[in-house]
Amino acid sequence: MTSILAASGGSAYWYLTRSTGAVALVLLTGAVALGVLDVRRFSTPRWPRFVIDTLHRNVSLLAMAFLALHILTSVLDSFAPISILDAVIPFAGSYRPFWLGLGAVSFDLLLAVTITSLLRRRFGYGTWRAIHWLTYASWPIALLHGFGTGSDVRSTWLFGLSVACLAAVLAAVLARVIAGWPQNLRVRGAALGGAGVFSLFLLLWLPGGPLGTEWARRSGTPSSLLGHSTHTKSKEGSK
Amino acid sequence: MSQRVRVNPITCEAHGMCAELLPERITLDEWGYPIIDGEPLPEALISHAKRAAQACPTFALLVERDGTRPR
Amino acid sequence: MRSPLSTQTALLERDAPTRLDVGARTLPRLLRGAGADGAPLALDDHIATHGELPLEHKRRRRETSRLIEQLERAGLRGHGGAGFPTARKLRAVAAARGRAIVVVNATEGEPASLKDRTLCQLAPHLMLDGAQLAAQALGADEVLVAVCESASASVETVAAAIDERRRLGGARLRLSTTPPGYVAGQESALVNFLSNGPALPTFTPPRPFEQGVSRRPTLVSNAETYAHIALIARHGSEWFRALGTSSQPGSALVTLSGPVANPAVYEIEHGASLGELIDAAGGPTAGVRAALLGGYAGTWIDGAHLRGVALSDEHLAAHGATLGAGVIALLSDDACPVAETARVARWLANESAGQCGPCINGLDALAATVAEIAAGSAGGDAARRVERLTQLVRRRGACGHPDGVARFVHSALATFEPEFSDHARHGRCEACARPAELPLPAHTHTSARRTAQAVAR
Repeated sequence: MTSILAASGGSAYWYLTRSTGAVALVLLTGAVALGVLDVRRFSTPRWPRFVIDTLHRNVSLLAMAFLALHILTSVLDSFAPISILDAVIPFAGSYRPFWLGLGAVSFDLLLAVTITSLLRRRFGYGTWRAIHWLTYASWPIALLHGFGTGSDVRSTWLFGLSVACLAAVLAAVLARVIAGWPQNLRVRGAALGGAGVFSLFLLLWLPGGPLGTEWARRSGTPSSLLGHSTHTKSKEGSK
Repeated sequence: MSQRVRVNPITCEAHGMCAELLPERITLDEWGYPIIDGEPLPEALISHAKRAAQACPTFALLVERDGTRPR
Repeated sequence: MRSPLSTQTALLERDAPTRLDVGARTLPRLLRGAGADGAPLALDDHIATHGELPLEHKRRRRETSRLIEQLERAGLRGHGGAGFPTARKLRAVAAARGRAIVVVNATEGEPASLKDRTLCQLAPHLMLDGAQLAAQALGADEVLVAVCESASASVETVAAAIDERRRLGGARLRLSTTPPGYVAGQESALVNFLSNGPALPTFTPPRPFEQGVSRRPTLVSNAETYAHIALIARHGSEWFRALGTSSQPGSALVTLSGPVANPAVYEIEHGASLGELIDAAGGPTAGVRAALLGGYAGTWIDGAHLRGVALSDEHLAAHGATLGAGVIALLSDDACPVAETARVARWLANESAGQCGPCINGLDALAATVAEIAAGSAGGDAARRVERLTQLVRRRGACGHPDGVARFVHSALATFEPEFSDHARHGRCEACARPAELPLPAHTHTSARRTAQAVAR
């Protein structure tokens, strides 16, 4: 296995990083959607609450597993200079520092959520709940990380996937906000506002950003990597 | 030494998973809050009771031995 | 409700001597020497009336306190409503680990009760005596006296009495004013507040006797209970048992309100006749439809039966009632019992601490349904709905509030069945517009509470 990887110059890791990243995003989206949809309101006899709740938990853990693989393979990939520290310390790397850093931020938040969730009895309900709110930050940050760092952002499949994930979360938020209207008006209003602002931001930024010209250079890819290719498929540069 | 289920009504937020996992002892009222049958648990139900207590998001459901407190 | 601070004696010899060696079978006991001018009995007069504070000689650590044994022989029970045997409570606190602390519950959140206020304002030293005696028996060095902040007269007199007593020594006395509210005086709520938390009930166990104020073993008892302790310590258990019944010895303070000539706080012996009490209070000023016994968590007794009622738990049990906090609220023939019940039920629902779903939702639904019956807008099954709700809320809160409301409403529906049926069919009656007879505080306080939520299933 390692000889094949060596022969292909590490591109296997590169494929793995992208694919595990995509899967992690999908799983994370699923976890967030399941979490947003209040178990109480959306359970049915065929989908009892404990099932939705356990599904949420398992999807989240699976997402973390794929996230770990995503980080590991990105570090092992010899093309981009990403170290293991870049996974937890944001904005200090040399490869697209800001956009990669967002991934670290998201991962840090998710680490806190995971640890407090697995050790919920120790931390207590209040602490667990307060930290769990961080997921509302970690998901959009992960999405932005994907748009900013990913080299396939212009490819139909990944872009389409990202948009689908966004749509899923927006749909879940909308359903939840409507279902209990007008209780807790302030929180519901804030949720709608936040979702609207984020969507608007993406709408305005994407065309001139990752979908625009020379994004690789503008996003901070080291110049040594621009325009060079040791792989059969061009990674940077011409995008 | 028998075990029973009990709910802390202050921390209970009517998530309702306990009633799904231990219907033999827990039903929900019209507002979603648990009505607990506090009779001693037969051997067969104890693991289900513990699972129900684990599933409660707010740790409101308790499985207690007679005369002692849980945890 | 008129201030009942003119105290009265009832039923036995009316002229009680002020000497120390009072005959055992005379009243008043608690209110002796007090109240003629409405001013509190000063410390010197208190000592002249009742004698010195009988603090125990130092005893060896493991010796059970003489006081606890005395209280056990005397058969004293609590006067806060629950009637728990006092000696047993003291033993439980004594057996718990940690440095004990004593709390005097003089908060009296029951609107129809004025007995604790009366003690605070007319005979505060008796109550404080008992608290210091209990503290000594438990090895506690601190006593917290809890008085509702809105009872300003009581706050003043208790503070003054504490000041007066500094020269006596004994456990340190501290006055603590509590926020108003029906459940604020509940045992765990009071302990919660005194531990710098909110005045809201907590989930038990642990109960206060093992972990109370600042997690110390805490004795929480009613103001009147401590006053009885102070007299038992002086005169002994035999003396105490000379009045009352064998299962409920001693005397008690009751608050008699409603259509009588002299509504006031009376001291009676347990087992006294309600009919004779009403006569001692100057007799009824109108026909009496029913009497509410115990408090707003209590039970109604039909007016037709009142003459034969003896005021002890043993006899009241036949009517499904207890003496409780000593409330005897008479309702006149002119009042509308349905309107009164609806008003009180709504007030009680609003007084929920707002912590437990079944209480918030159940009491709200209960009050709403009773109101519908009162207005004649309820469906045919309204009475059945009310009954179902009273069953539904029992034992499902962290405290006994929902149980009390359920008992009150259930009893009202049974006692006032004709009026309720009438209202269900015809709606409001003429008497509905009359001013309220059952007392409620002028304003409803708002505790921190969740609004009633029905969760979609």
